[in-house]
Amino acid sequence: MELDPVLLSRIQFAFVVSFHAIFPVFTIGLASFIAFLEGMALKTDNPIYERLSKFWIQVFAVVFGMGVVSGIVMSFQFGTNWSNFAQATANFMGPMLSYEVLTAFFLEAAFLGVLLFGRGKVPRGIFFFAACMVAFGTFISSFWILSANSWMHTPAGVEMRDGMFHVVAWSEAIFNASFPWRFLHMVVASFLTGALVVAAVSAWFLLKGRELEANRKALSLCLWMLLVLAPAQAVIGDFHGLNTLEHQPVKVAAMEGNWERSEGVPLLLFAWPDQANQTNHFELGIPKLASFILTHDWNGEVPGINETAVEEQPPVAIIFWAFRIMVALGLLMIAVAIVGLVLRKGGRYWQAPWFLRSLTVMGISPFIAVLAGWFVTEVGRSPWLVFGEMTYAQGITPSLTGGMALFTLIGYVVVYALVFSAGIYYLTRVFNGGLEAEAAPHDLETGERPKRPLSASHARLEDDDQPHPAGEVPHGTL
Amino acid sequence: MEPFDLILIWAGIIAFGVIMYVLMDGFDLGVGILFPFAPTEEARDVMMNSVAPVWDGNETWLILGGAGLLAAFPLVYSIILPALYIGVFLMLAGLIFRGVAFEFRFKANRSRYLWNWAFAGGSSLAAFAQGVVVGSYIQGYETAGRVFTGGPFDWLTPFTVLTGVGLMIGYALLGSTWLIMKSEGYIQQWAYRITPFLLMAVLVIFGIISIWTPFVDEFVRERWLSHFHIIGLLPTLAVFCAWKLMSSVRKRQEGVPFVATMGLFIFTYLGLLVSKWPYVVPPNYTLYDAASAYESQLFLLVGLIFVIPIVLTYTAWSYWIFRGKVRAGEGYH
Repeated sequence: MELDPVLLSRIQFAFVVSFHAIFPVFTIGLASFIAFLEGMALKTDNPIYERLSKFWIQVFAVVFGMGVVSGIVMSFQFGTNWSNFAQATANFMGPMLSYEVLTAFFLEAAFLGVLLFGRGKVPRGIFFFAACMVAFGTFISSFWILSANSWMHTPAGVEMRDGMFHVVAWSEAIFNASFPWRFLHMVVASFLTGALVVAAVSAWFLLKGRELEANRKALSLCLWMLLVLAPAQAVIGDFHGLNTLEHQPVKVAAMEGNWERSEGVPLLLFAWPDQANQTNHFELGIPKLASFILTHDWNGEVPGINETAVEEQPPVAIIFWAFRIMVALGLLMIAVAIVGLVLRKGGRYWQAPWFLRSLTVMGISPFIAVLAGWFVTEVGRSPWLVFGEMTYAQGITPSLTGGMALFTLIGYVVVYALVFSAGIYYLTRVFNGGLEAEAAPHDLETGERPKRPLSASHARLEDDDQPHPAGEVPHGTL
Repeated sequence: MEPFDLILIWAGIIAFGVIMYVLMDGFDLGVGILFPFAPTEEARDVMMNSVAPVWDGNETWLILGGAGLLAAFPLVYSIILPALYIGVFLMLAGLIFRGVAFEFRFKANRSRYLWNWAFAGGSSLAAFAQGVVVGSYIQGYETAGRVFTGGPFDWLTPFTVLTGVGLMIGYALLGSTWLIMKSEGYIQQWAYRITPFLLMAVLVIFGIISIWTPFVDEFVRERWLSHFHIIGLLPTLAVFCAWKLMSSVRKRQEGVPFVATMGLFIFTYLGLLVSKWPYVVPPNYTLYDAASAYESQLFLLVGLIFVIPIVLTYTAWSYWIFRGKVRAGEGYH
């Protein structure tokens, strides 16, 4: 079988970016949550907020560290696998990606150190300010990245000269047509991720009967947040979809599984898209609902996939199903938020074990929803790398062979699997330690020094249950 | 005609970024390369402690370099990365492993030996790969129509293997002189003992590379012959630094060996730059061919002017905070 470097490079990029995205999506939401806790601590002097913040800053440190490590690869992949794309779009993408790096540097240089290690060493107001700036910095970082990504969907403000895009209007290029909704959709997704993960961990602590007061507080905050944001996200998602309908109609047609342009299109709950025959099997839908959602008219006209030549169509089944996974999880989040509201009466939301257990499971849902959403939008762009301007085949590195691409794909999977396992395993240790570990006095041990993210966390990688090998100096006893 | 030659300014920025990276990540990679040879586990603690507070700051220069290159000289980015495809993967894998080892080694007990190997192996691999980049740059790249057209293993030749090993030992030398400055007692004595051997190895390998280079690259040969009176100055200064290093080790000075090693690197680096100037993707493309649009270079420069001073201040501050000797069993509290 001939190995296709384009397909393998796409799989590699999807793998690396999906793996990486998990971390920032969480840290963006968590950073704001920490800033909020610090603000409340400053305002109310209630020690619970500070205890919660101390614990979640540890988690933030670990996840931030993993995000940085997994992100290093991203800044080189454009060149190794997509060199023609890199060369053609460098005038715009180069400054965007560089600004993201500069923002991250600035954030780390100025404020992250204070947030991780400055408690008690700087005035409380300054500490709160640092927490806010870290949260703000995560938004600015995602601003640049999402602008660059949106430009690939709705390119603007550039003209092609001598094989390179030249920027003629920066504001048009940066604030391109799909950027505002994508940015808003993503920021809210990050908040939802933060809220659901904090809720899941708090629920788990409550099930174990640990630190009831503080964890109840955290859970309550998250449920209020969820109640506002989960429905808001549905509305924002709808507007984002309308924006896509205007600029990338074939993507929306694929999301709806609508092959032929028609009126009064049903919302398909289930279907088996068959690209070869340009039709669906086993359709099950709600009549006219897709038309209503997309055009706000029961008989509105919805574009069809077959308006695009077969070889320029994206793979419909992936988009169709990824979209359903995202929406189903979104609806589930709304349901959980409503159940949480109902259970407020008599404080059952933090006592009913079945609800706490469901919340614990829901902790994984935002990550799946976010990845599914990104699969919809990114796969929906294919075969275009820059929509309407440059295809995958045009953007690939000309000298890249299938064998090379396969080698690095396997390599990255192995490297990331190892790193990810170590990171997740360590994170479970931090969770196990809980708020209690942070409250207990501990001395900084040998090697635990400030200024590295993980030093903010004091959990050990293993239980200290075995004697140290002969000749090795026991740690922390020197 | 534009008011400034931004291309020259950007060439300066990138060149500065590269040498900053080489010097700063160089010594902490070097410490990793020396890791398996350390006399005791306690020495390894001290070695890792001596670079722990600064290594990630050092590595950010690499990321900034990668992104800056895409923004300012995209042709370099889009030819050299494909040409070194597998080498780039190995370098990144090495950097990731050692980065993770930094975080987890101190938190591990039973699995510590694994993290030791990850740290040493990752550092060595990354250093070797970077040396290969230098070698491949001297060799030049097969290109046509602004695209790399060579094979997947063009970067792996006896010459690039030599530059790879050369940079590994060079980084190890930076690492050992760094340890002379930052440690004391038997660890410092060990660093004093190995430094002359490392220096000899570096001089031999750099010497072979210098003799070999004009045979690999005709352009360099002609440049050297035509401008010998100027270019000859740089190796002379490099040799002076080597002599200074040797004599300072003999006198058991503590700071001078590291400074002299940095000098050795800087003059070798400058020698490489003037030999190749103005070619950034030899043998076909100069920095003017490789540059991005004027307005793109300007757009990014505005941000850089604000951020670089902050990053430099922060860097200087970090080194100042963590100045002085690192002792066994002691962290900075």
